[in-house]
Amino acid sequence: MIVYLNGKAYEAFPGEQVLQVALRNNVYIPHLCFHEKTGKAAKCRACVVEIEGMPGLKTSCNVPVTNEMRVTTNSQQVLEAQRLVIDLILSSGQHDCLSCEQNGNCELQDAAYYLGIKKPSFQLYDNDYTIDDSSEFISVDRSRCINCGRCIVGCNQTVVNEVLNWGNRGFDTKIVFDTDLPMGSSTCVQCGECVQLCPVGCIIDKRSIGSGRTWELDKVETICPYCGVGCRLEVHVDRKHDKIVRITGVEDAPTNNGMLCVKGRYGFDFVQSSERITTPLIKENGKFREAGWEEAIGLVASKFNAIKKEFGSDSIVGLASAKVTNEENFVFQKLLRKEVGTNNVDHCARL
Amino acid sequence: MTNDIAGIKKADVILIIGSDTSAAHPVIAARIKQAVREGKSRLIVIDPKKIVMADYAEIYASQRPGSDVAVMNCMMQEILRNGWEDKEYIENRLEGFDEFKAEIMQDKYSPENVEILSGIKAETLRAIAKLFGQAKVASLFYAMGITQHTTGRDNVWTTANLQMICGNLGVDGGGVNPLRGQSNVQGACDMGGLPNVYPGYQAVTVAANQEKFEKAWNCKLDNKVGITITEMIDGAYDGTVKAMYVMGENPFLSDPDQTHVIAAFEKVDFMVVQDMFITETAEYADVILPAAAYAEKCGHFTNTERRVQRINKIIDPPEGVKTDWEIIQLIANAMGSDWNYQCAEDICKEINALTPSYGGITWERVGRYGLQWPCPNEEHPGTPYLHKGKFARGKGLLSPIAFKEPDELPDEEYPLILTTGRVLQQFHTGTMSRKTQGLNNLAGPMVMISVEDAESMGISNSEVVMIATRRGEITAPAFVTKRQRKGVIYIPFHYKESPANRLTNPAIDPIAKIPEYKVCAAKVKKTK
Repeated sequence: MIVYLNGKAYEAFPGEQVLQVALRNNVYIPHLCFHEKTGKAAKCRACVVEIEGMPGLKTSCNVPVTNEMRVTTNSQQVLEAQRLVIDLILSSGQHDCLSCEQNGNCELQDAAYYLGIKKPSFQLYDNDYTIDDSSEFISVDRSRCINCGRCIVGCNQTVVNEVLNWGNRGFDTKIVFDTDLPMGSSTCVQCGECVQLCPVGCIIDKRSIGSGRTWELDKVETICPYCGVGCRLEVHVDRKHDKIVRITGVEDAPTNNGMLCVKGRYGFDFVQSSERITTPLIKENGKFREAGWEEAIGLVASKFNAIKKEFGSDSIVGLASAKVTNEENFVFQKLLRKEVGTNNVDHCARL
Repeated sequence: MTNDIAGIKKADVILIIGSDTSAAHPVIAARIKQAVREGKSRLIVIDPKKIVMADYAEIYASQRPGSDVAVMNCMMQEILRNGWEDKEYIENRLEGFDEFKAEIMQDKYSPENVEILSGIKAETLRAIAKLFGQAKVASLFYAMGITQHTTGRDNVWTTANLQMICGNLGVDGGGVNPLRGQSNVQGACDMGGLPNVYPGYQAVTVAANQEKFEKAWNCKLDNKVGITITEMIDGAYDGTVKAMYVMGENPFLSDPDQTHVIAAFEKVDFMVVQDMFITETAEYADVILPAAAYAEKCGHFTNTERRVQRINKIIDPPEGVKTDWEIIQLIANAMGSDWNYQCAEDICKEINALTPSYGGITWERVGRYGLQWPCPNEEHPGTPYLHKGKFARGKGLLSPIAFKEPDELPDEEYPLILTTGRVLQQFHTGTMSRKTQGLNNLAGPMVMISVEDAESMGISNSEVVMIATRRGEITAPAFVTKRQRKGVIYIPFHYKESPANRLTNPAIDPIAKIPEYKVCAAKVKKTK
């Protein structure tokens, strides 16, 4: 079917909401509570638009498209309404971008910038929240929370860990862990789905605070090194210091759909651990000494050849690895089968 | 997995048996929980420990460790007695039904008798059989809880029998779905990291396969099946194995009966360990070769649903470190050969040429979403689920599997059953996960003890206790929990300071050669 956005025709599919068609076609409409994964909520009201034949303004995240629908996203009336919504959100709580970890990666900031809001017009009721950094890997600053509810939907419907929920009422409404426990004392398993869904700087990775702004970091996709699910990761790297800063899940990956577990998201210290060995080691008189590659490889090859000659190929065995690549396992078994001459190759699939 | 992750939501009923899914495969657990929450699937969990997934299940049953064959045979007896099996499927796609049925219908697998064997109430067994048997499409998920037994092969075969008679194999959303525990354990198997097969499961004993690889590699190859990891350790111990080359593995903590493993390491003449770290195993090496991490190289991992996915180089390895394939090539050439791979892509080409199921999974084609094998040629879209329309071997073979007890059962001296496994926050022998302090803060060594057993022994939570078996003893803090079954203790095997595998029984399955990590006799004693 066809939908007109600001007079221009776009293809749309049955079941899609107006906002989804707009976003898919790079027509920006401010939105905070909607996320492809958590779906429509129509809470934040930032995505209001005009739709021909419908009275007033409509939240575009929960209006299903119909053929020939005509939508205006940029009229003065629409922009003024959107501006008021974002202005009210900015007026409540602490949204000081300079000190915020999510500066440059914040959907509230994007909306305010798009609407030309310089500073909040109002001074609303402020709760005096302290930062909850009781959890190992995640920090929660409720003064930055905009009560969009994405984290709650993610926790309950996506990863289904059922930890996050709403607490209190009215201005005191806030996100709570279990029965309003500190995050670190709750049943949270720190999968970080809420971090990934949070549109602002409320729920963030604790360990990467101060380690680089989003625009300073290079992002490369790869596959998680832990279990066999094969979750697709995006690794954020600070090239200036050659350091891995953060890991996020890739939303469109068929394996994990953006989800990760606590190991995949936060357990990457081993890569740049100071305990890494960086030179071959040879044991002499019960102690390891550093050696050059040529010496170490020469020793291994001559020992293998000598043992093969004296005791036969089957006196040599090799353990391949469930943690290295297909290519590396292929050449490992080729080494054992072709060069050593034995089928004595196995790995810990049995263990 | 015979089926794929996307198919999870297509099952009417999901059975998890022998998998602590939310601890070991959290993202697949999320998919299963989603399916249950959205009302798409009904969940059955059978596990000795009341795992987190049990909280999402319509029926949860705790079986005595090692009684899986009896439980599933009982399910099948109930299914056959009530006519819930897929008769057309059995007729058209399976063979061996009569022999199989004769075993299954024996009185020893009646719900009342299996209640005695497994500890699951007869009425619960009937309810499980009914829910599973009446499902239009049911999927079965398992992990090491099924395989790590002296009857590991029997257990696996029984899961296949169950899915075959219910017509759930070769069906979208169904399947027998073992969850693979490491990032590339599937790929390591696919690439011939096994003593009996070349890459792509081409048996070394078949002359045509031998000729194919001899021609490709221009050499003579051996047609005798090699030895497995447990036999390698025994061989090192008795002196028939003279040299061990260990790449990215840590048998010191992962193999059963640690005392025996250490003795074997001490005896072997020459040991090479290739790793990122000086692992507990590497301490015994004669030469350690420093290898690159996953983030420092490119290549492919194959996941649990047979999806071959690209890993990309993110940062340079530390100076002085080489990738595993570079090191292996250096050894090959120093031994007198003439390998000349310039990059991982060169090796990938050779894999495509020699591995039929990977024929179409070329470097160029893999893309961001990967490809699922079998994918024999470059036009093939990959295979989300196996055995569609026809089994790989033609007809599916039902096999009569008799229940057998584990190798070592509790007795007066060792009255408890010890079972081992993983926790969410740690991974395998901890070489990778334990380098992140936050993960260590979240999960340290422990022994999970039931409230009943703890009370009868006067053990309180966090109290350090001694756990002993016929192989050795360790200490660990007690975690007293209602989730643990009376008479069973559970120890995660990640920790060198409380190594569960000092305790485990090295008895192995006669065919699969997998050790019985899930059952051995143990006792717990107070330390003060």
